[in-house]
Amino acid sequence: MKRRLLARGGLWLWVWAVLAFLFGPIITIVIFSFDRSNIETLPIRSWTLSWYQVAWHDEQVRQAFVLSIKAACAATVLALLLGSLAAFGVHRARFFGRDTVSLLLVLPIALPGIITGVALNSTFQWAGISLSIWTIIIGHTTFCIVVVYNNVVARLRRTSATLFEASADLGASTSQTFRFVTLPLIATALVSGGLLAFALSFDEVIVTTFTAGAQNTLPIWIFGAIRLGQQLPEVNVVVTAVVVLMLIPIIIAARLTGRDTFSASSTRAPTN
Amino acid sequence: MDPDNGVSTLEPATSGGTKSLRSSALSHRWGTAFLLTPPLLWFFVLYVSSLVLMLITAFWSLNGFTGNVTHQLTGANFHQIASGSYPAIIGRTVLLAALVTVTDAIIAFPFAYVMARVATQRAQRLLLVAVLLPLWASYLAKIYAWISILERGGALNWTFQHLGLPSPNLGFTNGAMWLTFSYIWLPYMIVPLFGALERIPGSLLDASSDLGASSWWTFRHVIVPLALPGLVAGSIFTFSLTLGDYVTPLLVGGANSTLIGNAIYQNLLDGGNLPLAAALSTVPIAIMVAYLLVAKRFGAFESL
Repeated sequence: MKRRLLARGGLWLWVWAVLAFLFGPIITIVIFSFDRSNIETLPIRSWTLSWYQVAWHDEQVRQAFVLSIKAACAATVLALLLGSLAAFGVHRARFFGRDTVSLLLVLPIALPGIITGVALNSTFQWAGISLSIWTIIIGHTTFCIVVVYNNVVARLRRTSATLFEASADLGASTSQTFRFVTLPLIATALVSGGLLAFALSFDEVIVTTFTAGAQNTLPIWIFGAIRLGQQLPEVNVVVTAVVVLMLIPIIIAARLTGRDTFSASSTRAPTN
Repeated sequence: MDPDNGVSTLEPATSGGTKSLRSSALSHRWGTAFLLTPPLLWFFVLYVSSLVLMLITAFWSLNGFTGNVTHQLTGANFHQIASGSYPAIIGRTVLLAALVTVTDAIIAFPFAYVMARVATQRAQRLLLVAVLLPLWASYLAKIYAWISILERGGALNWTFQHLGLPSPNLGFTNGAMWLTFSYIWLPYMIVPLFGALERIPGSLLDASSDLGASSWWTFRHVIVPLALPGLVAGSIFTFSLTLGDYVTPLLVGGANSTLIGNAIYQNLLDGGNLPLAAALSTVPIAIMVAYLLVAKRFGAFESL
């Protein structure tokens, strides 16, 4: 009995240590974003919000932010459309190739993201397509589809087919069944999938580097600034803002769909 | 939307006999095709054909004078990969990916076990959120955090100094890379492992102890084998994500931290040598395909 208690205590100790490991670094950057000093030194001597002001007025950061938002919106809309179509199709399919289709759809996240990036880049070069916001959107949509697909297909699997049959037996037309039965049942899965797709696109850097050319999305701006070691206090502020901004869609998505949000492949970005 | 969403199968059997049954099955099939065509078209035209083109590009070469891609098949890129510094880079990448995977498995297992089998329902929900939030926190933010923790004047050295210990000076080394990767991918290991552990029926554990097994024996011979698919599923993520990353080595690594991803990145974006970059890209693909084939035998796909 005593040994059992000891084992349990050890397990919980482990859990707390892992939680500290998971949250410590994130808390560190949030704290440092209020540090007045140009170079990070401990202990922090004086606090300020001025780096937030600097970042807010930085034209490059603004442009990068706007491009990221635009690309994420477009990719989310396309992914919602294509991902839910795929989910409905695979769900009702009884054909032999069903598993192949679902395997194909997760390929962009099962293979390293850089593969998607190089593959798309070689296609754009070969076809003479110059890199623009559209090439960014194409790349993002390709892996965002998976997120929407996973969310919707998980919901459809748990929805009993008898509901649709009942609707038809009671004389509803196909479009009525879709509008009054199917859509309300999958609505939260769609919203949640869309939010996750948005977050995924907004934060993506591995694929985007190969599809963006000379343009800066916000993650590409951050990547470049860290690499050159320039404007680091500003970087600190921007990454803190991104973390906080991304929390919003994630928390809403988690509330809407609960466990589905946690399905590993729906949370897995190609980057990341 | 589709013309007969999910309702076609019931009605004809009562109303129309075999003929309409067949026509209904036909229209069901058309409906499915109608739904699947747009997403599959996207995937084949943009993704799969790009992959195929990349594989072909790997056998092209770069004209040394003009810098243009010559569309003549040659194995020269693969000869180049098999020589020089590339084998060492590939070896380093695979070793690091394996190391990160093992590290995450060790950290994640007790955590996922508590989540799945020890914690109350309320605690379980909170722990799930606690894993989800860092998973979705910005990738670059997490990398930046580790740079500022590990660098010379960073939080780690500072803490060690105040404890009277020698500074570890981990910043910009392979050790920093290992730590950062293990940190960033940890939630991807916890989630599928938790799923697998949670699915183990409690009756199996009761049966094991009723039959006189010690808790260690039960752990070793009941829990671990049943958690294995989740472990393998998590390892697909940790392994694959490390294999293709170039941002982490570039930002937190040091002089000897070049991975396959960096070699691809340099050849394509700095050197403009698309054929060589494409040839290098086949290496992670080949490794992942082999890995996935093995993973499939462990039943990992159901846990993805």
